[in-house]
Amino acid sequence: MSDSPIAVEQHGPELLHHFVDAEQQRDAAALGMWLFLATEIMFFGGMFCAYLIYRFWYYNEFAAGSRSLDIWLGTINTAVLICSSLTVALGVRAAQMGKRKLLVVLLLLTIVFGFAFLGIKGVEWYDKYKEHHIPGNSFNVDDLVRDYPQLHIDPRHEQIYFSLYFAMTGLHALHMIIGVGLFVFLTYYAWKGRYTPKYYTPVEMGGLYWHFVDIVWIYLFPLLYLIDRHR
Amino acid sequence: MATVAISAEREHYLNKEYGIRSWLLTTDHKRIALLYLISITFFFFVGGFFALLIRLELLTPAGDLVQADTYNKLFTMHGQVMIFFFLIPSIPAVLGNFLVPLMIGAKDLAFPRINLLSWYLYVIAGVIYVHCILTGGVDTGWTFYTPFSTAFSNTRVIEAGIAIFIVGFSSILTGLNFVVTIHRMRAPGMTWSRLPLFIWAHYATSIIQLLGTPVLAITLLLVVFERAFNLGIFDPTRGGDPVLFQHLFWFYSHPAVYIMILPAMAVESEIVACFTRKRIFGYNFVAMSSIAIAVFGFLVWAHHMFVAGISLYSALIFSILSYLVAVPSAIKVFNWTATMYKGSISFTTPMLYAFGFIGLFTMGGLTGLFLAALGIDVHVHDTYFVIAHFHYIMVGGAVMGYLGGMHFWWPKISGRMYPEGWGRLAALLVFAGFNLTFFPQFILGYMGMPRRYWQYPPEFQVLNVLSTAGSTILAVGYVLPMIYFLWSMRYGKIASDNPWGAAGLEWKTTSPPPTFNFEEAPEVTWEAYNYEEIPAPAEVSVER
Repeated sequence: MSDSPIAVEQHGPELLHHFVDAEQQRDAAALGMWLFLATEIMFFGGMFCAYLIYRFWYYNEFAAGSRSLDIWLGTINTAVLICSSLTVALGVRAAQMGKRKLLVVLLLLTIVFGFAFLGIKGVEWYDKYKEHHIPGNSFNVDDLVRDYPQLHIDPRHEQIYFSLYFAMTGLHALHMIIGVGLFVFLTYYAWKGRYTPKYYTPVEMGGLYWHFVDIVWIYLFPLLYLIDRHR
Repeated sequence: MATVAISAEREHYLNKEYGIRSWLLTTDHKRIALLYLISITFFFFVGGFFALLIRLELLTPAGDLVQADTYNKLFTMHGQVMIFFFLIPSIPAVLGNFLVPLMIGAKDLAFPRINLLSWYLYVIAGVIYVHCILTGGVDTGWTFYTPFSTAFSNTRVIEAGIAIFIVGFSSILTGLNFVVTIHRMRAPGMTWSRLPLFIWAHYATSIIQLLGTPVLAITLLLVVFERAFNLGIFDPTRGGDPVLFQHLFWFYSHPAVYIMILPAMAVESEIVACFTRKRIFGYNFVAMSSIAIAVFGFLVWAHHMFVAGISLYSALIFSILSYLVAVPSAIKVFNWTATMYKGSISFTTPMLYAFGFIGLFTMGGLTGLFLAALGIDVHVHDTYFVIAHFHYIMVGGAVMGYLGGMHFWWPKISGRMYPEGWGRLAALLVFAGFNLTFFPQFILGYMGMPRRYWQYPPEFQVLNVLSTAGSTILAVGYVLPMIYFLWSMRYGKIASDNPWGAAGLEWKTTSPPPTFNFEEAPEVTWEAYNYEEIPAPAEVSVER
């Protein structure tokens, strides 16, 4: 953090006035992003806590609800998100190497994967809507009671599973939408050539956010889709 | 930033630019601190207005000024406004915003635009909440307990919930900014062991804001979802558990108490060291006790739920853990007292507030230990004993700290001295008014008067009248500083750079500081609170 000649050399237009050098600015951004992700963990943590307790209490209802989800769409979505994380990671590398066109292509691919995920998620929600599995007045799980007689489902408790399903996937989808919006900005500025090997912090930070949202899904998928599938 | 001064007056952050845009679009942490100061003062008087209505209603045993429904709204909105819109942002967002970069020798917080964003989030939340108040209000109690809040209340729960959700993010962003700034922006030589204790306490506060507030956010969001979209996560008719709501709510809302009190302790350490002219006794212990309070604070939440049906064993553990919080708190109180021992004490206004803080915080803390004991808690749960206890912490502690800090740093913020005589008078009024208001409530609660009722049996009237009388004195004590602070901005004596002869980097720059805080980047070669090397100022003159 000293005023070494190298530090002075790094003074680009992107260095904000209150930082001593680019390294300090990058460090600050990285620490800020990690802290933000810590708050996000606590945010989702509240729901994971509720999930844990209710799954313990209402295991049969959770198992039946889980089996009613479309495992193929869920698996495809998981694959889509993992692919998007790959393109993000490659994108950060491309920014590091100063490959502008490659960076733009990879960011665009990430956005496409993001839309694909949201589209598939939308289809799944629409199916649930048609099946009357959305909690509320028209909630009806007679089909699950019929299909899984051995589980002795209490339809009231089944609402808890689907409440959590919609709250968790809904807030995850909201984070995906924010992420896609973020990446639209990143793509625009990448295309304008703002990011160089010396300054690519926003790409890296956007990438951290994207990976985080991806990881949340990596937990949501088994917790929501894969309960008691083996029986 | 050595520009040629156009006028004879020195350029500083207040006169560098004029006009509404230069304030509303500023990224200067000092200006944002003033924006926060104005907004939280507004909400302080909104919340205070509700408090006065509550006290007026309780002047007589019968429900005459308001009826039950209105009374429910009054105490709900008093609590929500005071906690979320005044106390949580009070010291961190005003004094912390202003002082954290100055104290560590930085030009600004790490993320100045996020700092401005946090103020805008606060304002958006404030507008939503004021709209909520004006269109009928909310009556769930500040705690939003389910299933009342989700299934039964007919008031504007969704709007209040969203407002508090948003103001929570304002608080998160402030905390995030502080942590990054303290880690990454310290001036050369400003090591962790040279940090002012103000910074240590704000660091601990910020950790709580970062890790606690998101849990409140998701909890309130689930309540909103339950009302708006008929989800059923806390709905007992569908197998949901209202006690789960209480766990999640208190996981934030107990540490939130430490968001309010730790910054007041931060102020306390600075004031006590300055006006006893000694290095703070046991610097390392005071610094680490802030961190310990933040850590323990996360492990005690269920002591709010001893009668909510949690198991006896978990109640036992939470009771023991609650006792543990007393250890770091006591370390602080003892160390401040030890600092004063053989110190050269001057009874200035900030020091009067500091004395008040120690006394009131100790009473609030000790009665907190009563409440952490399972047997006594069952007896006084949901009585005025609890009300008195947390007001001793939040008002006697946090607000005294806030006012003391405002007086201490007012010369730095405004470049003017406040009138010392009026200041001392107001400090005494606040102390006297506070005790008259809340001490009778300890007795009332112990005698069994429950909280949250608009009527009470006639035998409680004498103590309630005393309490209401005290609240009017308290109100005068709070209005006075606002008047003379405003007066002093124009007529106050010009403040020197370091009118108190205080240690700390913020006193080494000019009053008010220039926009980038220091004419040349500071380099720290001394330990914190090196009062033996700083000449004491002449006796502070008492002028009216």
